[in-house]
Amino acid sequence: MSIGHALLALLEAGPRHGYDLKRAYDIHLGADRPLHYGQVYSTLSRLLRNGLVEVAGLESGDGPDRKRYAITDAGITDVESWLAGPERPEVYLQNVLYAKVVLALLSGRDAQRVLDTQRAEHLKHMRELTKRKSDGDLVDQLICDHALFHLEADLRWLELTAARIDQLREQVRTTTEGGK
Amino acid sequence: MSTDTEPLLRATELFKAFGPTDALDTASLSVAAGETVAVMGPSGSGKSTLLHCAAGIMKPDAGSVRYDGRELTALSDGERSELRRTEFGFVFQFGQLIPELTCLENVALPLRLGGMRRKLAEAEAERWLGTFDVAEAALKRPGDVSGGQSQRVAVARALVTTPRVIFADEPTGALDSLNGELVMRLLTQSARESGAAIVLVTHEARVAAYADREVIVRDGRTQPVVLT
Ligand SMILES: Nc1ncnc2c1ncn2[C@@H]1O[C@H](COP(=O)(O)OP(=O)(O)OP(=O)(O)O)[C@@H](O)[C@H]1O
Ligand SMILES: [Mg+2]
Repeated sequence: MSIGHALLALLEAGPRHGYDLKRAYDIHLGADRPLHYGQVYSTLSRLLRNGLVEVAGLESGDGPDRKRYAITDAGITDVESWLAGPERPEVYLQNVLYAKVVLALLSGRDAQRVLDTQRAEHLKHMRELTKRKSDGDLVDQLICDHALFHLEADLRWLELTAARIDQLREQVRTTTEGGK
Repeated sequence: MSTDTEPLLRATELFKAFGPTDALDTASLSVAAGETVAVMGPSGSGKSTLLHCAAGIMKPDAGSVRYDGRELTALSDGERSELRRTEFGFVFQFGQLIPELTCLENVALPLRLGGMRRKLAEAEAERWLGTFDVAEAALKRPGDVSGGQSQRVAVARALVTTPRVIFADEPTGALDSLNGELVMRLLTQSARESGAAIVLVTHEARVAAYADREVIVRDGRTQPVVLT
């Protein structure tokens, strides 16, 4: 998640103080991970350096919250191109689950057990998310659903791998024997 | 949710063969009152057969099915179907509503079969259709409503007799994500309110996540639970 872009987009509604930005971020996007003030101010000073925001007002007193920040034209352009462009689809080739299965097979351990244990853990987490979803509002639902669909994808992979475990064992074995 | 008291339903070491195929080979399942258990596993692993045996629709070749102090496998066909009608509710993937009846009549049917007067039964059915947000389907036939609506009608029909156990076999199998979600939410919510247990057969993890725990079936065998 690009915090810089998020703060810029939040500033499009009008100039704000750092603590306002943090609150807006936490309410809309911070379900699991609220921002630290430190992150807010370090991000804002970077945006300031890059000319994407400017200081729109300075109050007396000291501390970082004296400043009100406003988005610049360059900042608006930056948000626009961020929102308009696609994110790189995340793929997890060679992920740790795959590695565990292969290593279990290579070391003569019970790979099915690795898959079963992982499946149970995934489902447990999915139950927690489902519970949280049914207790929450629409925002909670959407956030939980996103996580649920991803976990489901993992589970489908676990399922498919379980169905092919004998084939994979054979392949892993012959690859070893035929190797250097 | 394991209890030291006798569970409401306990199927123990079931065997069932169809000709040369061993559909069940030491499959067990226990369900506590009010508990929702997901039955998962690959296609052809024996999930539906397990559900049918546990619900007294089918007799296992060997093994025991105890429900509320009674041995189902020892009951006559008539006694079992009476038990199913009064104690159990059923939801399947599709094709369970009677096409010639309106949705309202479909939901009222289990009550009518139990001897309830038509007016009363239909008033009760109407209430359930309202709960499941398909009141507008009341006077339509199942063929004239959407798949999502007809599945909600089917869930209403399964719940109208306030069963103690609901057997659901891929209840969301024919639905898109949003409707599947809706059906699961309504099903589990209503079951929780009435204290009904659910045996939920599904291969979808998101659906199984509505359950309290899962049982995995592989090659007709239930797997020991992996504790994490
Ligand atoms: N009435 C029947 N006659 C013959 N074979 C059957 C019958 N019912 C089930 N089987 C066989 O028994 C095995 C288990 O079937 P079952 O329907 O219980 O699987 P399932 O886990 O529900 O599969 P799916 O996820 O595809 O619904 C399969 O090999 C199936 O072909
Ligand atoms: Mg089936």
